[in-house]
Amino acid sequence: MSILIDKNTKVITQGLGATGLFHAQGAREYGTQMVGGVTPGKGGTVVDGFPVYDTVADAVEDSGAQASVIYVPPPFAADSIMEAVDAGLDLVICITEGIPVLDMVKVKQYMKGKTTRLVGPNCPGVITPGQCKIGIMPGYIHKPGKVGVVSRSGTLTYEAVWQLTGYGLGQSTCVGIGGDPVNGTSHLDCLKMFEEDPDTEAVIMIGEIGGSAEEEAARFVKENMTKPVAAYIAGVTAPPGKRMGHAGAIISGGKGTAAEKVAVLEECGIAVAQSPAEMAQALMKVYRPS
Amino acid sequence: MNIHEYQAKAILRKFGVPVPDGHVCYNGASAREWAKRLGEGPWVVKAQIHAGGRGKGGGVKLARTSEEVRLTARDMLGMTLRTHQTGPEGKVVTRVLVENGCTIARELYVSLLVDRATSRVTVMASTEGGMDIEEVAAKTPEKIFTEAVDPLVGLTGFQCRKLAFALGLTGKLTAKAAKVFEALYTTFVACDCSLLEINPLVVTAEDELLCLDAKFGFDDNAIFRHPKIADMRDYDEEDPNEVEASQHDLSYVSLNGNIGCLVNGAGLAMATMDIIKFSGGEPANFLDVGGGATIERVTEAFKLILSDKNVKGILVNIFGGIMKCDVIATGVIEAAKQVSLNVPLVVRLEGTNVELGKKMLAESGLNIVAADGMADAARKIVAAVKGVEQ
Repeated sequence: MSILIDKNTKVITQGLGATGLFHAQGAREYGTQMVGGVTPGKGGTVVDGFPVYDTVADAVEDSGAQASVIYVPPPFAADSIMEAVDAGLDLVICITEGIPVLDMVKVKQYMKGKTTRLVGPNCPGVITPGQCKIGIMPGYIHKPGKVGVVSRSGTLTYEAVWQLTGYGLGQSTCVGIGGDPVNGTSHLDCLKMFEEDPDTEAVIMIGEIGGSAEEEAARFVKENMTKPVAAYIAGVTAPPGKRMGHAGAIISGGKGTAAEKVAVLEECGIAVAQSPAEMAQALMKVYRPS
Repeated sequence: MNIHEYQAKAILRKFGVPVPDGHVCYNGASAREWAKRLGEGPWVVKAQIHAGGRGKGGGVKLARTSEEVRLTARDMLGMTLRTHQTGPEGKVVTRVLVENGCTIARELYVSLLVDRATSRVTVMASTEGGMDIEEVAAKTPEKIFTEAVDPLVGLTGFQCRKLAFALGLTGKLTAKAAKVFEALYTTFVACDCSLLEINPLVVTAEDELLCLDAKFGFDDNAIFRHPKIADMRDYDEEDPNEVEASQHDLSYVSLNGNIGCLVNGAGLAMATMDIIKFSGGEPANFLDVGGGATIERVTEAFKLILSDKNVKGILVNIFGGIMKCDVIATGVIEAAKQVSLNVPLVVRLEGTNVELGKKMLAESGLNIVAADGMADAARKIVAAVKGVEQ
């Protein structure tokens, strides 16, 4: 088992341009069931073995896909998300970076009452090692196992995975939720799913300065979670008011500082790594692998 | 992206938000002429720099005659204004805003922003106008009122009235305030703002509402939809290195330390700064070269880092996923040659083609210290920089 995706997940690519095609090929090589792509106006053609459709609805009807991954450029990406939601997909993973925040505000409202789960935007994607890879992460660093990883950052997730693999610990599923202030899936959502997943035994949560999502997740850990959780919060050294690459990573008015977050997390029983080099080490303090 | 107050007020005026009549001026003579055209006085002369806290630094002055406007403007132009937001080096004033003064009965606060918790635009209002809102939030949070806006419906009349009543407005002022809130929301959405702050929003002695100061923040992701706003960008108000970086698609923020960082990925870049600090050093910058960095971009990144005279050493931390380590190695070697590197360089490579990358660095003949893992890399660069200082 795992969360969100497994070997049975059928995936279509929205935006089968150079980038989308490159990553669709990578996912297919990894063993993911990449069943087609959507490029409006190119329906009926085939690109490197991927059947292309004009609309997401056509693609779903013909291929039976349950999930989509979006590489559409930022001005059009919000529309692509809504199209995927309208087509009734279970899961939409949006990799696109740079979507206007007010577009995402509309998307979030549009998705209310619908069953589709959105991961991202501005994220590396989701991987269940050995079964299914959707996104831009390097597949080979991952290893099947029992530790769930959730993070706003791509490369920092790779760092955590690398450390876990160094300890001989594999991963159940790794979810990159993305660095934007308005996104589909939160740390809290992922923790709930990991708690319910019988094949996840422990979780590493990687957070950043800004907002209060990590604190909300921590309260869930304290009150509802039976599995050990370790965490790291990036941005201890970030000056207030400055945007650090991720639009979400900005401290305003003393709210969302790393120190404040670390204090709440520790109070909730989470093993917090002080240094990013010690994420797996922090987990080992609270987790005995079965 | 930020803009000047006079530009902010021009935008607000266009959307029907009440602002004082005023004009931007570049010299004393034109300030005097504009004052006469604007009205009878008194006038306010305001230094136009992006930083806040101008009043305390002597950047906002009242003038009773048009001649006084000229003298005040003349003194203000060219002066270096220091506020708590400019840093000790201050900002040189190159333009002033001359506008009609007014008699203030009450000072209020209103701002709009995207609230991450609700994923909605939120209107925030407070009775404590003219104060730092962060301070109000910390000390008297009960004096702040908020309304989250449904994006498909927009800010409703009843929400506007709720805010107006909460601010203690009565009679005709309630309807006037509702109109101001609605116009501010329209402005926020139409311009893709990330922040729109009116502090203070004043009630005048004549029972009119007027926005005395206005601060806009624009969503960088949406600026492509607003070429006219993009043209308002004032590069003189920004860190020259950050401007240079944005022209090469590098994400760069300058800091006060002496260890330059070159990293791929925003999260890893922040974590690299943290581990330098954790190991006893101080980072000189945040720099994310991105996932698809080319040799040219790595070279530009090196030049940027070295243009900061405080930099005594550089740490390169790359976790190559899509980006291959041999490409990074080539970039580092090329850049080190081009910029004739003369500070210690520690490189930590991991990921795709790592062995090839390490081999290339080792055989380059350059003075590069290889590191295994982030902790080792941070220790090595901190030690190297301390060695240089002694």
